[in-house]
Amino acid sequence: MTLLSTSLALLRRDLSLSLARGGGPVLAAGFYLTLMAMVPLSLGPESQTLSKIAPGLTWLCLALASLLSLERLFERDYEDGVFDLLRTGPLALEWVAFLKCLAQWLGTGLILSLMTPVVMIVLGAPADVAGLALIAALIGSFSFALIGGVGASLTLGSRKGGVLIALLVLPFYVPPVIFGAGLMQAFVTGAPVVQALSLLSAYGLFALALGPIAMGAALRSALN
Amino acid sequence: MILSWLANPERFSKVFAPVRPWVAGLAAVLFVWGLYLSFASPEDYQQGDTVRIMYIHVPAAWMALFTYLVMGVASFFGLIFRHSLADAAAKAAAPIGAVFTALALVTGSLWGKPMWGTWWEWDGRMTSVLVLFLFYIGYIALHASIEDEQRAAKSTAILALIGLVNLPIIKFSVDWWNTLHQGASVFRADGPTVAPAMLWPLLIMALAYKALFVWLWLLRIDAEILGRKYNGLRARLSFREGGA
Repeated sequence: MTLLSTSLALLRRDLSLSLARGGGPVLAAGFYLTLMAMVPLSLGPESQTLSKIAPGLTWLCLALASLLSLERLFERDYEDGVFDLLRTGPLALEWVAFLKCLAQWLGTGLILSLMTPVVMIVLGAPADVAGLALIAALIGSFSFALIGGVGASLTLGSRKGGVLIALLVLPFYVPPVIFGAGLMQAFVTGAPVVQALSLLSAYGLFALALGPIAMGAALRSALN
Repeated sequence: MILSWLANPERFSKVFAPVRPWVAGLAAVLFVWGLYLSFASPEDYQQGDTVRIMYIHVPAAWMALFTYLVMGVASFFGLIFRHSLADAAAKAAAPIGAVFTALALVTGSLWGKPMWGTWWEWDGRMTSVLVLFLFYIGYIALHASIEDEQRAAKSTAILALIGLVNLPIIKFSVDWWNTLHQGASVFRADGPTVAPAMLWPLLIMALAYKALFVWLWLLRIDAEILGRKYNGLRARLSFREGGA
């Protein structure tokens, strides 16, 4: 088998697992929608307030929903020994970790991103924000998945799992949230969007470049 | 190489044990001198006496970043060269950095109320320093949650290195998000814009903080070394008892 077909097989396996596993994407989407539904309920339904805060809130909920299944990202394969097998295989651990994050993102982040413009508009953002909101959400959720993977690999084998991941990962989610919400804000007010978009993309590239290396190192130390 | 010579924990303890009281003394003298200068320095024409919070606040904020940098460098050495002393140094720095960061946040808040009329404002600098504080907490929590000392050191070192990206964000936050917090006024390409009468006490206080950090850090590294020795001895003892 070539490296490519091995990678694709791993990706397909992880993706089908994440889709099958008690409905990962359904769970994330449900959580996301519930959070959004609570916004008008807790802040009041005045459309003026809502449309003003809609872009920022959508980003906050996107970040929170991205946290959901991180705890199980590597844990199951770590527990039943799949990682020991993968480690002896032809793929580098960094690449394996990246593929797992990619599968996780395809299973949940992508769907959450597709929902983002809809939710934003339902809350009262102008309809022409949709395209930009989708692009930004795709970049943002992709960096969330990679950084979340770093958090998940670092806490592997420690018994405090979930809350600890959130504590480790959320500070790193702050910059994309700031840039993403700032981008939406700039668009709505008619300011140039280039700066926020390039900062958001730079952060995504940073996560892409460093995330797999960090995950590989953390996984290796967990497996020893 | 003096560094690799000192990397032996035993030798490290022996060399620095007599140095520590001197560092502590230096810190005390610098604090007395710096605080005296802070109170003797002129009032600000706009801020009056309140400006004196600066002498506590600004060095604390510098140290919050500096300690993080120390942690990052120590983590780097721990991760690459696998020196247990570097691991101990990174671990020892974290709580000190957390306290400096908390001090910077609290004094900033106390300063903000009379000056800006608000305890807190979600501007770039304050938010990023708050994130730095959360980061220290996360680092400490991660270290505490992994029982195996070596694995804990490795995981936290990776986290610390990734977190280094925060430092430039904090440093340049006042330039990128031009909101309430004032811009850089001491470390500028065109020289400081602070009047000399205020710059001097500030610099003395900065040195005092730095000496305090070095003292606490050496103390905590030593405690870490002793703690490991104790754990090792205990493990050996229980092994012997179990074997007998």
